[in-house]
Amino acid sequence: MGLNPFETVKEEVGLSPKVSDEVKTSTCYMCACRCGIKVHLKNGQIRYIEGNPDHPVNKGVLCAKGSSGIMHQYAPAKLTKPLLRTGERGSGEFKEIEWDEALELATEWLGDVRQRDPGKLAFFTGRDQSQSLTGWWATKFGTHNFAAHGGFCSVNMAGGGLYTLGGAFWEFGEPDFERTKYMMMFGVADDHDSNPIKLGLGNLKSRGDAKFVSVNPIRTGYSAIADEWVGIRPGTDGLFIFALIHELLRAEKIDFASLARYSNAPWLVIREEGAADNGLFLRNEDGHPLVWDLASGGPVSGMAAEFSPAFAGEREVLGRTVVPSFQILAERYMSAEFSPEAVAETTGIPAEVTRRIAAEIAEAAFEQEVVIDQPWTDAWGRKHEKMIGRPVAFHAMRGISAHSNGFHTCRAIHILQALIGSVDTPGGWRYKPPFPKPAPPGIKPAFPKAEAATPLDGPPLGFPRSPDDLVVDQHGDPLRIDKAYSWEYPLALHGMMHMVLHNAAKQDPYGIDVLFMFMANMAWNSSMNIPETLGYFTKKDENGEYVIPKIIYSDAFWSETVPYCDLILPDTTYLERHDAISMLDRPISTAHGAGDSIRQPVIEPDRDVRPFQTVLLDLGARLGLPGMVNEDGSPKYPGGYADYIVNHERSPGIGPLAGWRGTDGEKEGVGEVNPNQLERYIENGCFWSQDLPHSAQYFKHSNREYLDHAVKMGWIGHADPITFHLYNEDLQRFRLAAQGHGEKQPPEQHRTRIETYFDPLPIWYQPFLEAEEGGDEFPVHALSQRPMHMYHSWGSQNAWLRQITSANKLHVHHKLAAKHDLKDDDYVWIQNSRGRVKAQVKLVDGVNENVVWTWNAIGKRKGAWGLDKDSPETTKAFLLNHIITEQLAPGADGHAYSNSDPVTGQAAWYDLRVQLQKCAPEDATEEGARFAPLPDRTSKVVNKGRYGAQLTGEDTGGAAPLREFIGQRSANASAIPGIRPGRGNQVEEDA
Amino acid sequence: MTCLPKNPTEKKLGLVIDLDICVGCHACAVNCKEWNTAGKSAPLTDYDPYGKKPDGVWFNRIHTYETDDGQGNGTTVHFPRSCLHCEDAPCVTVCPTGASYKRTEDGIVLVNEDICIGCKLCSWACPYGAREYDEAEGVMKKCTLCVDKIYNENLPETSRVPACVSTCPAGARSFGDLGDPDSEVSKLVAARGGVELMPEQGTKPVNRYLPPRPRKKGEEGKAPRMLNHSDDSADGAGLIARWVDKILS
Repeated sequence: MGLNPFETVKEEVGLSPKVSDEVKTSTCYMCACRCGIKVHLKNGQIRYIEGNPDHPVNKGVLCAKGSSGIMHQYAPAKLTKPLLRTGERGSGEFKEIEWDEALELATEWLGDVRQRDPGKLAFFTGRDQSQSLTGWWATKFGTHNFAAHGGFCSVNMAGGGLYTLGGAFWEFGEPDFERTKYMMMFGVADDHDSNPIKLGLGNLKSRGDAKFVSVNPIRTGYSAIADEWVGIRPGTDGLFIFALIHELLRAEKIDFASLARYSNAPWLVIREEGAADNGLFLRNEDGHPLVWDLASGGPVSGMAAEFSPAFAGEREVLGRTVVPSFQILAERYMSAEFSPEAVAETTGIPAEVTRRIAAEIAEAAFEQEVVIDQPWTDAWGRKHEKMIGRPVAFHAMRGISAHSNGFHTCRAIHILQALIGSVDTPGGWRYKPPFPKPAPPGIKPAFPKAEAATPLDGPPLGFPRSPDDLVVDQHGDPLRIDKAYSWEYPLALHGMMHMVLHNAAKQDPYGIDVLFMFMANMAWNSSMNIPETLGYFTKKDENGEYVIPKIIYSDAFWSETVPYCDLILPDTTYLERHDAISMLDRPISTAHGAGDSIRQPVIEPDRDVRPFQTVLLDLGARLGLPGMVNEDGSPKYPGGYADYIVNHERSPGIGPLAGWRGTDGEKEGVGEVNPNQLERYIENGCFWSQDLPHSAQYFKHSNREYLDHAVKMGWIGHADPITFHLYNEDLQRFRLAAQGHGEKQPPEQHRTRIETYFDPLPIWYQPFLEAEEGGDEFPVHALSQRPMHMYHSWGSQNAWLRQITSANKLHVHHKLAAKHDLKDDDYVWIQNSRGRVKAQVKLVDGVNENVVWTWNAIGKRKGAWGLDKDSPETTKAFLLNHIITEQLAPGADGHAYSNSDPVTGQAAWYDLRVQLQKCAPEDATEEGARFAPLPDRTSKVVNKGRYGAQLTGEDTGGAAPLREFIGQRSANASAIPGIRPGRGNQVEEDA
Repeated sequence: MTCLPKNPTEKKLGLVIDLDICVGCHACAVNCKEWNTAGKSAPLTDYDPYGKKPDGVWFNRIHTYETDDGQGNGTTVHFPRSCLHCEDAPCVTVCPTGASYKRTEDGIVLVNEDICIGCKLCSWACPYGAREYDEAEGVMKKCTLCVDKIYNENLPETSRVPACVSTCPAGARSFGDLGDPDSEVSKLVAARGGVELMPEQGTKPVNRYLPPRPRKKGEEGKAPRMLNHSDDSADGAGLIARWVDKILS
C-alpha cells in the first residue's frame, strides 16, 4: 500500500464480514422488561446481542442495558464457587467449598428448621422472575414467610389496580398507544415496561394526533418529550386526580352507560350509621348486589343484563336505607375541598391548569371517540356492531407507588379511567392476559400451621377480602416475620421484604432460624436505612450468637450483601441458564394476546456456579418436599429447572409454559406435558404468543368471547363479567371491624389507623414521614430515580454503562440553589433527623422548586462489584437510602409503624424530606469512606478493555442491496405522504 | 491534503434523528459500541473499565441539555451526537496520509487505520467532535455508519441497518439515502423541517436532525379551557338531587 500523501489511498472495506458461528435466541434479563434477544456467538464468545424483531415485547429494539449484556457476562464481579463464611459477618472472610458440601449444609440447616417449625425459615427473593416456583417451594416447605421485593417496589400499583379493576399497570396492562388521543403518565422515570413504553410514546407522538401529559416532579426522560410537563409536588398526585374527578363530575362528563354495565357504581350501599353492615352492599338471597331500576321502579340484581339504574337517591329497599355507591363517590369528590382551587397550593398545580386538563380529558374521551368496525358480544350475550373507545390512557408507576398514600392514589387513577369509560376500550388503558381477573383475585394468603414438616394449604401470598383473611394470631398480632397481612398492613400482597431484617434482628414479632435470600441487595441499595440494616445482619445475643442464626444467599455477583451472609450459593448469569417467563407469574403478554417465554443457556459457565432455580429444586428434593420427589424419594426433576419447566403441572394440564402443550404440541394453555416443549419454544425464538381474535381484544372484562377463552385457557375460574370496584366493599369490611363490628377485632392500638385508612373510596393524606418531620425544618422533598440506561438492572457496575454514569450529583432547582448560595459542583449536606449524606450539586430548571433529586444506586461500597477502590462509585457517588428510615417515630403508646403504606405495606421511600446545608470549606471534598471497605473477592478475570478485537470476522464477499429504515414507520406513514407503512426497513406492501 | 471525491457522491447515506421523541436512553450509543467493538474498527477500547476513570471509545454519545423556548418555557432536549458524514468533510481534507476518506459509493466517511498516524488533525478539524481517538491503539476511529452491517449478506434483512437505528426503542432514528429527494428519509426530513447541524461551518453534513414539534400546551386544542359545570350548588348537592330519578345510561 502506497503512502503517497497526495492521493487518496483506496481502502478495501469488507462489507460482509462473517458475524457469528451461531445465533441463539433467548430472553433478556438486564432489567425486568423481558425483551426477546438474538445472541450472536463466535468461538464460544458473545459477538453481539440484538433485539428479536419477531418478539411481541420489544419488536426488535433493545435498550442500553440489553445492549450491554456482553459486559454483564464478562464482568469481574461474578462469584465463582460456593462460599462458607469463616470470619465475622461483614468481614468478607470466606472459604471456597464444593457444591456437595454447600448443598449438604443448606439441607441440614433447612431440614432442622422444617422439623422444628417450617415457618422459622424466612425465604425472600428479590428481583425474582420465577416467583411461581419460589412461592410453590415455600408452600411445600411449609413457610408462610415468603415474598419477593414487590413490597419495596410496586405493591401499591398492583394492589390499587387489582382491588379496583382486576388488573393494573405494567405486567397487568398497557396503554393503547397506537389509538390513544390523550396519554397521561404519573410518576414514571423509566419503567419496567421500558421498551414498550418508548415504542408507544414514539408512536403516539409520530402520529401527531395525540397529546402526552407527564405528571412528575422531575422533567427527565419521558417527561422531557411530553407535550405538557406538570411538575407536581411529590405525594400529592391523589389530590390532583380528585380535582380532575371533581371537574368531570360537576360537568357530568361521566360515561354513565359504561358505569351501569361494568362497574359497581349503581350498586346499593347500606347507609345506616352504626349498623354492623353499614357501608356494605345490599344483596338479595342469591348474594347478588342490588341496583335500583328506574325503569321498573324497583330493585333488581346488579348481575342482570338490562336495567336503568339510579345513580343517586336514598331509598328504602328490603327494609334498609340505601344509596347507590356512585352517590357516595360523587358527594366526596364534588365537595369543595377537592376543587382545583382548593388543592392548588398543596399540589403546586394552578387551578386553571387542572381545569384545562380536565376539559382536555373530557374532550378526548367524549368528542374524539375511536370507533372500530368490529362486532363483538358482551358478557350478557348482547351483540354490538362496533367497538367504541374513549381514547384516554393512563400509566403510573413508582412515583405514585413509593409513597405512604400510594394505594389510595393508585385507586383514584383507576377510578378516573372507569368514570370516563376508557378501561379496555380502543385508545384507553388495556388489560394483558391473563388479566382481567376478579377484583381482587380469589387466592387467599395461607395461614401458618407451625407443625413439623408440614406444607401450607395454599400459597403464602394472596388477596385478603376481610379481617378473616388476615395472618394474625388470636390476639390479633402478626404471624409473619414482616408483619404483612397483619392489622398493621392488612393488604401487604407482596410481603414486606424491607422489614424482614429489622424485625428478625429485633425478634419482633419473633426470631427466625434461617434467612434464605435470592438476588436482593439488602445490605445496600435495596434497603432503607443502610447503616442500621448492616447492624441487623451482625446483631448478636447475650451468648455472642447471631440473632439471625443462619443466612443463605444466592446471587451471581460479589455485591455488598454477600459478605453479610453465611453460605453463598453462586448463581449463573441470565445467558447461562433456563428460565420460564410464565403465565403463572409475570408473562410477556400484550393487550393483543397472551404470551410467555423462556431463556435457554447460550453460553457455558466458566465457573463453578449453578442456576438458583435448579439449586432450589435440588434442595427441595434433598429435603423430600412434596412434589419435588418421587414416591421412592428420588428427585422428581433430576434435570433441574429445565426439567421442571417442561414436566411440572400446577394443576392438571397447566404448567409453567402455556405454548405447545399436549403430547403432540398442538394444545395451548391446558394440555398434557410435551417432552419437546422447550425445542418448540427455541424453534420459535424462545417465546410463545397467541393473538386474540379482533372481536376479543377489547372490553375483556365483559367480552363473552374473551371471558370464555380465558376460562378455557385456565386464566380465570369462571366466565362471569369482571366488575370495576370503584367503591371497595372489602376495605369497608376492615373499617367495620375497626368500628367494633364482627368477631375479628383489631388490637386497640391499631383501631383508629384501620378506621382511617380503610376507606372504601380513595382518600388523600399527607405522607407519614413528611407529616412527621416535613415541616419548616425539613422543607425539601428528596427523590431518587434510576437513569434509563440502568433502570432495574442487576449485576455488576457494567463496564460500558459506568462510562455513561459512574457518579451522581444532587439536582437542585436554580431558585432553591440561590437560597442556599449553591453553584454547580458545590458540596452540600443533605440532612434530616436520621443523618446526612454529602453530594455535589448540579443546578437545573426541570424540577419542582421544592424538590431535589439524584440518580439512584450509582453509589457502591468499596470492595464490592469488582470495582477498584478509587472508583467514582465509591468516592463521589452517594445513596439517599442512608437517610431514609424504615421505621416511623413511635406513637404515644410506644408502637412504631414501618415507613410504609398503611394498607399495603409498600415501602414509602419517596416520602423523604430533607434540608440542604452548604458544606463548610473544610468539608467540601470527596467524603471519606462512610463504610469500611469490603475485601475484594472477585475473580479479576476481566477483559482488558479490548473486548471484540478477537471476534472480528473474515469478509465473505458480496454486498446486499440497501434498504431504507424509517423509525416509527407506520406512525410516520399515517402523517407523512410518501412514507409507506410497515416497520423499520420492512414495508407492508412487500409482505 | 486528502481529496474528497471529485464530484458529490450520488448516494448520501446518513441518519435522520428525531429530537421530538428521543428520550435520552443511550440505547443507540451502547448498541453501537457493542456492534463496532468487533467490527471494522475493532476494538472500541475501554480505558480503566473497572477503575477510577472509566472512559473509552464511543462512536455515538448522548447529551442532555436544558434550554428555553424563548418565552420562558424550559425544555429538556436529548441530543445524540455522532459523525454526520459531511459532503465537505474537513476531517478528510486535513488528513496528511489519506487515512481519512469519503467513500465515492455511498458517501460514508471512514478512517483507514492502516495508514492513520494518529496525528489527531482530523479531530481538531471536525467541528462536531465526532472523532474518537483510540489512545491504546494510537489511531483515530469514528462512526462507520455500520458499513460492515448495512450491506452484510451474512445478516438477515432486518439487521442490515446501522446498530443505532435498529435498536432505538423510541423509533427516533431513520437511515437512508439523503441524496435522493424521493427517498423516504428525504420525505421525512422535508415534512418535519429537518435541519443540518451548524450549517455555517460549511461542511454540508448529510445527517439531519428533526426538531422537537411544537408542544401541545392546551392553547391550540379543541378542548375548552374549562368545563361548564352543570350545577354550582355547594358540594354538588343540586346535581345529585337531579340524578335521583334520571336515567343516565
